[in-house]
Amino acid sequence: MSSTGKRFSAAQRIVHWFMAVMIVAMLFIGIGMVSTLKPQYWTLVSIHKPLGAAIFLLVILRLGLRLWKGAPPLPLDLPRWQAAAARASHLMLYGLMFAMPLVGWSMLSAGGYPVVLWGPMRLPPIAPHNDQLHAVLRSAHTWLALLLFATILMHVAAALFHALARKDDVFESMT
Amino acid sequence: MANAPLSRLLGVQGPVGPALLTIGLVVASATTLFAFTAGWLTPTRLTPTRVVDALGRRGGDPIGHRRNHSKGVCFTGYFEATGAGSAISTAPMFVAGRYPVVGRFAIGVGDPAASDAATPVRSMAVRITAPDGQEWRSGMNNSPVFVVSTPEAFYALTLASDLDPKTGKPDAGAMGAFIAGHPESAAFFSWAKSAPWTGSFADKTYNSLNAFRFIDRQGVSRAVRWAMEAVTPAASISLDTLKARGPGALANDLQHRLAAGALRWRLNAILAAPGDPTANSTLAWPASRSKVALGTLVVQSAQAEANGPCRDYNFDPLILPTGIAPSDDPLLAARSASYAVSFDRRTAEAARYPRTTAPESSR
Repeated sequence: MSSTGKRFSAAQRIVHWFMAVMIVAMLFIGIGMVSTLKPQYWTLVSIHKPLGAAIFLLVILRLGLRLWKGAPPLPLDLPRWQAAAARASHLMLYGLMFAMPLVGWSMLSAGGYPVVLWGPMRLPPIAPHNDQLHAVLRSAHTWLALLLFATILMHVAAALFHALARKDDVFESMT
Repeated sequence: MANAPLSRLLGVQGPVGPALLTIGLVVASATTLFAFTAGWLTPTRLTPTRVVDALGRRGGDPIGHRRNHSKGVCFTGYFEATGAGSAISTAPMFVAGRYPVVGRFAIGVGDPAASDAATPVRSMAVRITAPDGQEWRSGMNNSPVFVVSTPEAFYALTLASDLDPKTGKPDAGAMGAFIAGHPESAAFFSWAKSAPWTGSFADKTYNSLNAFRFIDRQGVSRAVRWAMEAVTPAASISLDTLKARGPGALANDLQHRLAAGALRWRLNAILAAPGDPTANSTLAWPASRSKVALGTLVVQSAQAEANGPCRDYNFDPLILPTGIAPSDDPLLAARSASYAVSFDRRTAEAARYPRTTAPESSR
């Protein structure tokens, strides 16, 4: 189904900005917690897991909304390479938003760690307890996080480019 | 119109320079903030990576192994809770009953091939599982106090123990300088010099050293430490006797004893009195503090680590069930963060520590 107006639906805009804050916070928490051994390490780790689970639930909702409501069309005069880059980066963002929580969850499962969310609430393992699998997933979690951060930077740069340089409707479509 | 070619390339009418400058500043600021958070701009920040690097420079080849307490043996058994712990903590494994345990005994050195006489520090780690899936992991040492109270001091001690790559020995002056600069460590070193040697893991009492908090059903939080008190009577031997028993002395002793029957420890919670230090594990609490008998650890069998069930567990002291929480002891977060780095490394190096048979399936 295609979008009717020039803007994303209200539900899509709300989910987008909630997730934007959560994902950026998540990336900073993640890179910060692995580089400190001060007491905030524990606080950050304790936030990282339930926040990751919440992001995973939201991205499922978000994909559903996207498939249901669609997206406003890109401006017709947008150079083709920019339209292609926009589509590729959005695919990449969706892919990474799904991959990061799943890789984190399976990495903890493969490491034999309990995936504690809150109090006695925990997630079941989704991967076998296996050292070599843990090593691959652990490393993937870091590299995919860096890739996600870079993709978000490009996304922000592109959004500002539409708002400040092209002055078209693309930035407004999400605000 | 200096911007004209760029504007044409980007498909924008009019100058594009000011917009690109703003975008560049936003991206550069975000990247800088991220790099700072990651510690990339502050190489002097003490990170778990630096601690683990230093731990791996104390001799031997720890690749594929835990970077500290590298030489160990797995065990399995169960924890039989008395039920008394439920009065002070909602931890599910304090409800009277039996809970499976995977554990590990080790000696406190970084060389997986070290002699068992290399250090008086012996450790026990346990992973106790409750029926609801909650876990309690704990790593305990046989010393009455820990050697340092802060991550910074631990790092300094580790550096002082590192081997100089040129001479293959630790810097002779470094340890002296560490001891002189860390009077808090004196109690540990005096224990290390005077504690009687024994030929067994079984006759040692293992202490949590760090304080934790037990939280009861009413939400009341109490500072505690705990101790796995050996039931097996201690049998002192000379250091020379231990050396003469060869590199497998402690593992052989364990197998020998287990062939004759299970080994037991009494797990006691030690309750802090008001004013007892919780953030300094170099300070012992008075022996008169009241204790709660949580239960008995029964060790039934031991397994070589290479194929053993403890091999691929990280005995992270912050893997805690509900009813047990960290205290304000700064070592707890530092241990948890550093154990994770050590675990990440050894799982990535698993090929360098091969299993000798097919891995047991766990879970």
